[in-house]
Amino acid sequence: MISLIFSRVLQSFVVMLGVAIIAFSLFTYVGDPISNLVGIQTSAEKRAQLRESLGLNDPVPVQFVHFIDRVLHLEFGISYQQKRKVSTIIAERLPATLELSFVSALLALFIGIPMGVYTALHRESWLSHIMLSASLVGVSLPTFLIGILLIFVFAVNLHWLPSFGRGQVVQIGFWSTGLLTASGLKALIMPAITLALFQMTLIMRLVRAEMLEVLRSDYIKFARARGLSDRMVNFGYALMNTLVPVITITGLQLGSIIAFAIITETVFQWPGLGLMFVQAINEVDIPVMSTYLMLIALFFVIINLVVDLLYYLVDPRLRVKGGR
Amino acid sequence: MRRKSNILGAAALAFCLSAAMPLHAETFKFAFQGDVASMDPYALAENFSSSFHHNIHEPLVRYDSKLQLEPALAVSWEIVDPTTWRFKLREGVKFHNGNDLTADDVVFSFKRAQKDGSDMGSYVNGIADVKKVDDMTVDIITTAPNPILLNTIAPLYIMDKEWAEANGAQDPVNLAKNVENYATLNANGTGPFKLVSREPGVKTVLTVNEDWWDKDNQTFNVTDVVLTPIGSDATRTAALLSGELDLMYPAPVQDVDRINNSGVASVLQGPELRTIFLGMDQSRDELLYSSVKGANPFKDKRVRQAFYQAIDEDAIVSKVMRGAATPAGLLVAPGLSGFNEAYNDRLPYDPEKAKALLAEAGYPDGFEVQLDCPNDRYVNDEQICQVVAAMLANVGIKVDLLAQTKSKFFDKLKQHDVSMYLLGWIPDDQDAGSVFAHLMVPEADGGLPWNGGDYGNPKVTELSAKITSEVDPAKRQAMIDEVYQITKDDVAYIPLHQQALSWGVRNGVHVAQRADNALHYWYITIDE
Repeated sequence: MISLIFSRVLQSFVVMLGVAIIAFSLFTYVGDPISNLVGIQTSAEKRAQLRESLGLNDPVPVQFVHFIDRVLHLEFGISYQQKRKVSTIIAERLPATLELSFVSALLALFIGIPMGVYTALHRESWLSHIMLSASLVGVSLPTFLIGILLIFVFAVNLHWLPSFGRGQVVQIGFWSTGLLTASGLKALIMPAITLALFQMTLIMRLVRAEMLEVLRSDYIKFARARGLSDRMVNFGYALMNTLVPVITITGLQLGSIIAFAIITETVFQWPGLGLMFVQAINEVDIPVMSTYLMLIALFFVIINLVVDLLYYLVDPRLRVKGGR
Repeated sequence: MRRKSNILGAAALAFCLSAAMPLHAETFKFAFQGDVASMDPYALAENFSSSFHHNIHEPLVRYDSKLQLEPALAVSWEIVDPTTWRFKLREGVKFHNGNDLTADDVVFSFKRAQKDGSDMGSYVNGIADVKKVDDMTVDIITTAPNPILLNTIAPLYIMDKEWAEANGAQDPVNLAKNVENYATLNANGTGPFKLVSREPGVKTVLTVNEDWWDKDNQTFNVTDVVLTPIGSDATRTAALLSGELDLMYPAPVQDVDRINNSGVASVLQGPELRTIFLGMDQSRDELLYSSVKGANPFKDKRVRQAFYQAIDEDAIVSKVMRGAATPAGLLVAPGLSGFNEAYNDRLPYDPEKAKALLAEAGYPDGFEVQLDCPNDRYVNDEQICQVVAAMLANVGIKVDLLAQTKSKFFDKLKQHDVSMYLLGWIPDDQDAGSVFAHLMVPEADGGLPWNGGDYGNPKVTELSAKITSEVDPAKRQAMIDEVYQITKDDVAYIPLHQQALSWGVRNGVHVAQRADNALHYWYITIDE
């Protein structure tokens, strides 16, 4: 067990090192950061001077060692564009993305699961057919298109919801929240739906497939034969057993919601990490780009690690295998 | 923490002002595609940042809405000797924190702009010293006579010495040292608006300065300003049409009709001072990216002229730019000082002539050449290049188009790692002379990396140097005209057009659109 955890953690480190190499290579191979640091009419000597003082002339391995050293000390440098510490910028932007992601994940769960259950139990009803066709739209339409359509209908034509931004936010310590004001909640609706749509349809289809599978199994038949109520059978036995894979998938998807918030945040000008990343790309703000990459990789690695370890705890078969 | 104190301060300020303010508070909400780089006015010499900062900070002399120079913090000036200009400062001007404007602030600002980390170098490089004569008088001493000193220093805003020193912001941010700077998030100027709050990349809020020295001479009714950067074209347009914004720019070319037909907003277009043009490598003996080996076809003027006449600029303006551009014959746009309409004609579009010229030059079957092009810098830059490639194909030239992001492109261009390229240019000081210095002097003669094709003509080099220091306007214009003539005869570049400024403005909002794309809130009135 200990050796297993150890090997998993070791793997995570290897992954992080790989990402660090990519993040570092951004500094060397993406455009010329100097061009973005200074205006167009800055002299060549000034540019050379800046290049030297930023250490861009050192040999690449030396630069990499310096880079790792700084990262381990949580020194991510100063944003070329904003001239502020990258760690400060990320701390400012993180709450927006996390709030959006969690609300989306909750939406996906609490709408996706009932829809999945309904379509599994009432396979032939017209409502199921509508839900299934609608879910096809959800998986096949690109996110930015859904976002723009929502903006067009609810902001431009109906004037119900704001087309961009996060509304009024309240600062609680270091955390800025939009969940406590009316305008903040209104601003959250469209981005959250846009971001949740894909996961929602995914969860619905997953729950439906699992439910159909479970409903066919023997113990459900026995439960019915015992004369248990439909409600008890469907929700107490069938749904409970389908939830294990659903929770796993949702956990893993949380990472991708945070990562893929990029597009939703760009469309709605949502001031989170994704938008920060896009702005950084436009300005070739390499310290911000590389820190973002490492942060997202860290999210994924941690989530995967936790899920992996949970498997070993939950599933006795894996434990036996691992013990050999 | 810092922001919190800002907001508290703003609240206190709003409370104090509310007693004195007129009943109607007009909030002007606008969006730009990007954000101001920093609240430090010396952090980045760039068009949008400079335009924004002018609302908070002011220069000694400024441009009015017609781009004419007028006194701002200096009331008068005289030329004491060819390299010394004496400026008399305006009495009674106060910074937003209540400090008085004095000669010390001016001296401090110029020195700060010359420090490492400041991006104002090109404005202050030619300044040898700035001296305080008395409390309200300063001398600016230039290294050589500078006929356009006023233009040169117009983008240099005056900061408050005491404020900067008290907050440790006496130096601009130095990236190499990994330290932040108070001035990155805070500002204290003399201008018509004060900074209330700043969230980089999210929102920046200003409020009117009731004590502005020029307030009584201006007719604006904006009391608060909210800037939101919105990068997505579709969202920016939607936010304007839904009434959440009073103004946004640039208005995407493809959405202009939609905005004009919406009934709630319209697009204000005008010619910009930036000229879009094509350049060609005229110095190498063999082009880096071409099928021609052992020779450089662009060294032959006939080839350059053939390229010029093979391009149908009217078609580019009507089809690619949808009418939002003006064909150009010079790299100096109408509205810049030194522009001369007499030279702004283009060689006619004539593909037959182009074919004949190519044949004469020894390329009857044409050749292959790479065209480097940015794809995220100018209006429809990549599409222009595609159309140019198609037009050149008609006369037998096969163009390999390399469209790339601006950082990659500028990098390549400045290393002269191009054979043919598309670039746009707007001079910081609104003067023809700097266009010549940047684009028409070869590197061997001390030219700048922006002359990507290394065009050169000894006569132009000589004239360009003289223009920089000629004080007599008539003589200066004669020399500028001579450069126009020579570079046109040489077919040094292929000018294409000036793209149009394009602002989406909500109905009921009145603004003055300046040809350098500057947006100044003291020219804005909003109907009640």
